Amino acid sequence: MRSPGPQSDIVMTSRIRLARNLVGHPFPGWARKEDRSLVMEEIRPSLENLSEMKDSFSEEMTKLTALEKQVLVERHLISREHAAKGPGCGTVMNRSQSISVMVNEEDHLRMQAIRPGLQLMSAYRSLDSIDSELEQELPYAFDHQYGYLTACPTNLGTGMRASAMLHLPGLVLSEQINQTIQGANKIGLAVRGLYGEGTEALANLFQISNQNTLGTDEKEIIEHLDRVITQMIENEKNARMKILEDKPTMMQDQIGRAYAVLKYAHIITSKEALNYLSMIRLGCDLGFVPEEERETINVLLTEIQPAHLQISAKRKLSPEERDILRADIIRTNLNGLTPPDFSTILTERDDDE
Amino acid sequence: MNCDVCQNEKATVFFSQVVDGNLQKVNLCKCCADDKGVTDPTGFALADMLEGMGEETATETAVATDDLNCPSCGFTQTDFKKTGRFGCADCYHVFDEGLDGLLEAMHKHTQHTGKVPSTFPDLPEAQMNPLPEEPMAPSPLDKLSELKISLSKSVEDEDYEEAARLRDQISQLESQMGDS
Repeated sequence: MRSPGPQSDIVMTSRIRLARNLVGHPFPGWARKEDRSLVMEEIRPSLENLSEMKDSFSEEMTKLTALEKQVLVERHLISREHAAKGPGCGTVMNRSQSISVMVNEEDHLRMQAIRPGLQLMSAYRSLDSIDSELEQELPYAFDHQYGYLTACPTNLGTGMRASAMLHLPGLVLSEQINQTIQGANKIGLAVRGLYGEGTEALANLFQISNQNTLGTDEKEIIEHLDRVITQMIENEKNARMKILEDKPTMMQDQIGRAYAVLKYAHIITSKEALNYLSMIRLGCDLGFVPEEERETINVLLTEIQPAHLQISAKRKLSPEERDILRADIIRTNLNGLTPPDFSTILTERDDDE
Repeated sequence: MNCDVCQNEKATVFFSQVVDGNLQKVNLCKCCADDKGVTDPTGFALADMLEGMGEETATETAVATDDLNCPSCGFTQTDFKKTGRFGCADCYHVFDEGLDGLLEAMHKHTQHTGKVPSTFPDLPEAQMNPLPEEPMAPSPLDKLSELKISLSKSVEDEDYEEAARLRDQISQLESQMGDS
């Protein structure tokens, strides 16, 4: 089912994360196993009783298989660090997976709301109401000067990280991406790869988020990020138009090549597949590839990741086996995809002249 | 320079290794070097060897961690330097010296302005309003100028009795202020 959200051609998802801790317990990284279990026992019932968490998925990390944890990481529902956690650590999420909570990650509570497209404020509102319900029951560690007290001082204050996942092939192809990242850094925003801190940018996807959390309130943080993202969307669109004008053959080659490989490859790595899928998605945005393929591409971007492949195969696969299954799944899903049609845009361009 | 292990022979093998960003050095004699497998780089880790050297290193570590620690959770300043994270909520008050500088560099601000939990007690009045609304008792200086104005007025009015009384009060107040 399609529910793309505003600006979804360039903004894949919007996320808000809040960090909270309880008074009287050491932070998870410094706590003993017994401390963590106590916190877990205190927090878990409060989470499960939230109306938003009706029929929720709620599990201790030790009860999940390595594969299940990896699937949650690939869906951005838990962090890679949390997947490695042991006793006293857990995950609670609602049915639609729009709200997920990590218990005893770096902080006692790491709550996340995720929305398709550019909807940071709406994501914040839904998480804020859950936070306000929880504060009635859980004694939060808070200080009038420092705000919400977090294990790492980088999260102090609001404890909020707002982020959006942007698809920026135009800025990458036109080699403006590094400049864009540096510009964002200068105004207090971080730009990271697909899986957050320290990961490389695959599929031309970039996560942009606020770095400062103290001294700026939640609304200001979101409004600032919204403004910058809107500007980046504008820059990305301009970059695409500029490439079409200056180097239309290069653009056709990139999209045509992606089509050929995805349609006919029998062995393909994640990295290669993600980068080519990004090009097909760009083809949709520019009208070279039918619009209805966009959702197939979005689903594939998730489904071809290693843990998802193994879940669909219902067994553990070697990297070589995964590359073969990945190619099979892509070929099957793109079976009806016709070759990119570049004529329309080129004709229109000729008409304009 | 003698060998760090046997302390008897002259050191001829000098080994340096960076472990967790710290340079560690060991000086060994030929015999001990062979013994520890230093000449075989694949099988040798300086850290393992330093661990084996025992007591001296242990004492040094104990001295180094004997710094300020959090009474609630036992976290130390050294732990913070190592991890960049605190041990518990109370650590923010135990280690608050220099914290504002760190936060200023990190966030450009040191005062929270966002959401406050509805269950959280308000700040004590004195902290919320540094200037109390009740007028304070006039300071001696204010009182003095007030008396001086009254004095000149009573002189103008030729009320010398009142003027004498005010003059005494003024000189009393002035001598009090001089004392303090």
